[in-house]
Amino acid sequence: MAVLDVQEVVRQQEITHVPLAPGVVRGLINLRGNIVSTIDMRRLLKMPPLDDESQSINVITRVAGALVSLLVDHIGDVIEAPDDRFEPVPSTLGSEVKHIITRVCKLPGNLLMILNPERIVEFDRVNLPVPIELHKDRAA
Amino acid sequence: MAIKEELQKQLIDELVVESLEGLDAFDHEILVLETGEQTADTWNNAFRIIHTIKGSSGCVGFGKVESVAHVGESLLAVLRDGSLTPDSNTFSSLLRYSDALREMMRSIGQDGVEGSADHSQLVSDIQALHSGLTGAKHGNPAFGFFDEEPKAPEALSDTPMDAPTAAPLAATTADKEDTNASHPAGSQAPKGSISDSAIRVDVSQIDRLMNLVGELVLARNQIVQSTGQDADPAHVAAVQRVNLITSELQQSVMKTRMQPIGNVWSKFPRIIRDLCHELGKDVALVMEGNETELDRTIIEAIKDPMTHIIRNSIDHGIEHPEQRVADGKPAQGRLSLRAFHEGGQVNIEISDDGHGIDVGRVLQKAIQRGVVTQEQAARMSQREMLALVFLPGVSTADEVTNVSGRGVGMDVVRTNIEKIGGNVDLHSEQGKGTTIRIKIPLTLAIIPALVVTCGDDRYAIPAASLVELVRIEGDQVDKSVEHIHDAPVYRLRGNLLPLVHLAKELELTALRHEEEAMFLVVLQAEGRQFGLVVDGINDTEEIVVKPLGKEMKGLSVYAGATIMGDGKVALILDVLGLARRAMLLDEGSRQSAKDRDGIKAPDADNETRSLLVARVGANRIAIPVSCIARLEEIPAGKIEHAGKLEVIQYRGRIMTVVRLASVLGIPDGASPAESADSERLLALVVCALETSNLGVIVDAIEDIVEERIQIEIREGQRGILGSAVVQQRVTDLLDIKELARMAA
Repeated sequence: MAVLDVQEVVRQQEITHVPLAPGVVRGLINLRGNIVSTIDMRRLLKMPPLDDESQSINVITRVAGALVSLLVDHIGDVIEAPDDRFEPVPSTLGSEVKHIITRVCKLPGNLLMILNPERIVEFDRVNLPVPIELHKDRAA
Repeated sequence: MAIKEELQKQLIDELVVESLEGLDAFDHEILVLETGEQTADTWNNAFRIIHTIKGSSGCVGFGKVESVAHVGESLLAVLRDGSLTPDSNTFSSLLRYSDALREMMRSIGQDGVEGSADHSQLVSDIQALHSGLTGAKHGNPAFGFFDEEPKAPEALSDTPMDAPTAAPLAATTADKEDTNASHPAGSQAPKGSISDSAIRVDVSQIDRLMNLVGELVLARNQIVQSTGQDADPAHVAAVQRVNLITSELQQSVMKTRMQPIGNVWSKFPRIIRDLCHELGKDVALVMEGNETELDRTIIEAIKDPMTHIIRNSIDHGIEHPEQRVADGKPAQGRLSLRAFHEGGQVNIEISDDGHGIDVGRVLQKAIQRGVVTQEQAARMSQREMLALVFLPGVSTADEVTNVSGRGVGMDVVRTNIEKIGGNVDLHSEQGKGTTIRIKIPLTLAIIPALVVTCGDDRYAIPAASLVELVRIEGDQVDKSVEHIHDAPVYRLRGNLLPLVHLAKELELTALRHEEEAMFLVVLQAEGRQFGLVVDGINDTEEIVVKPLGKEMKGLSVYAGATIMGDGKVALILDVLGLARRAMLLDEGSRQSAKDRDGIKAPDADNETRSLLVARVGANRIAIPVSCIARLEEIPAGKIEHAGKLEVIQYRGRIMTVVRLASVLGIPDGASPAESADSERLLALVVCALETSNLGVIVDAIEDIVEERIQIEIREGQRGILGSAVVQQRVTDLLDIKELARMAA
């Protein structure tokens, strides 16, 4: 994700469950008086849930004026990559992943997917509710 | 460069705002002129408004506005001088002319350009009016057009309007307020002094302030909750101060968002005039309570429903003048708007003296549309039949006009008003007229709500839709909850109340334990009552409504979310959405039964009154439920003294309490020993007055009844309105306002 898209990073918060909400929405958290929806990235990417979520991190990002929290396993590093390292998303990627990724960054040793937060909150355009299946994510 | 553009933008924004305001005032002046009730200054004012618009828009380089404005200005100049006598055609042209200017101003406000609309027809119309009637004076209209230019300021110089009109030409638009303010002209003086002490504040700024206060209220709730009894006294005192200041701040900020309802109403004379012209009717508008204040957001929200109701009244409420004369009524119809505060809510009444609603036709339409069956119709009361007009597809108009009558109207009106937590009631007498009463809350940003538990989470229910709470003991549950098909119902004072299980609607898996008591929250939506079954009822709390993210916009069962005292997030239930969802799920056989139930809801009947019956000594005292905020029990020791008054600390404020027994000179039932006991619990009825609460101590609260009562007015006893027979027993009716005056 582009660093400038990230407002802040907070530890696991107490989440209020929202019945009837789409499956990827974990619930609401209280971020200093602001109510922020939390999206479970594992569910969005159709990955199996973690057994121990105590280390999970909320990445707070601002999308179209509203705050959204992305619940991730952990955060890696902040890196700077030159423009020529980026490539468009390969068309063979699974549809559930492809629409939320803008570009792929080639790093020495591995590849990095660049998320597009604007597309993440548009999850309802893709087939919903997301069934929590245990199938392997191709890009993982 | 950028700064210059910024400045230009700012100038244009101000120009648009001021011009639109000016045009509204202009419409008003023209309407006054048309009725012939003008003062010497009316033409002057109209002229000055247009002159300012012309000058300012010329300044910023909007040539089109300037040239259109100029034409009207010329016409106004001769009208003002009295050398031209206006007829109704003149007034219509002037109003169209103001519309044209308004349209251009809006377009400037939105896109920064004057828009492509062609106003040449209008311009030539106005020139024709000008030249046609003053032809002898000016000859060639085109020539007169230019001839007028130097004349306008000249004519002005000998009127007291000189300063404000000439100044904008020389100075920038921003100066308009100031020049107005400093203006010494007699009739303008009060207006001037207001703008002297007032500043223009961006609405978003106030909204932000409101949000911050909202957060402060939440933080305050958290602090108050975490400060226990045994904390350091200094700390407790500080917390109490914070508590008080926050409440006061909240009220003051809320006040800044308040606007008089007249702001919306000022648009109506124009709408009514246009409609009357279109339909060939003659209607006088009477407005009362213009100054009644409401939250900005609510004012916005009621604009459309009110416009709709007014159009309805004029289109098929009030008859044509000939018809009215034939019916023995004055030729001119009367439409009155009335607004007033009552019990923490704002009431708006719109009534006309037209021919009323033909109940038979409503019923016929409803049967035609399959909304009700013949048998149901036969059993309906007058009032129930009237309530049918709020259902979709029922219209009483014989023919569809372009004004109204398509049968999509009153249901939308009701939905819109219920969306903001209000309700609509309709009363009509055939041949005499129709009255529509709207009740709406004062504000939406911070609302009182009931907090309930369901599953592991808490939910907030806006108190506006709350009717009452019922607790059914565990062993009673099976007996008192019956089933029609699969639908659970509960007999509430003899009426069947459909039950909705919150856990089921929210698809929560956690099930209630059978042996525990069952909690029912009786709610009202769209004129229907239903009982919401929850796991527990916590407390009422003032909550700050926060919108949900767009990821959850599709969920109609939630009105938003809020942060509770402990910092956790709770969802706010949307009673309307919840009801819809519940009805939707069990559509079919029960639908019609429910409809009937709904129409029979007691509140649909206006003649009956809800009364709280209390006992004082041997007397029965009734208090209208509409003015009661809460019922409390307080230990006698909590009563403190402030001067001669007895007061208690209530929800962070000081509330005066009166002992009804001593005020009314009735010996109360308590023995001296009991009276001395500071632990003794007193029944306290908290009554909502306009600005504060008043606590009324009674011996016991007996019941809440809904009855058709007839009050026998009784003079002599202060604080008592009169007596009536309630539940077959003579009961005195309390006059809260008088009581408050006696206590003060």
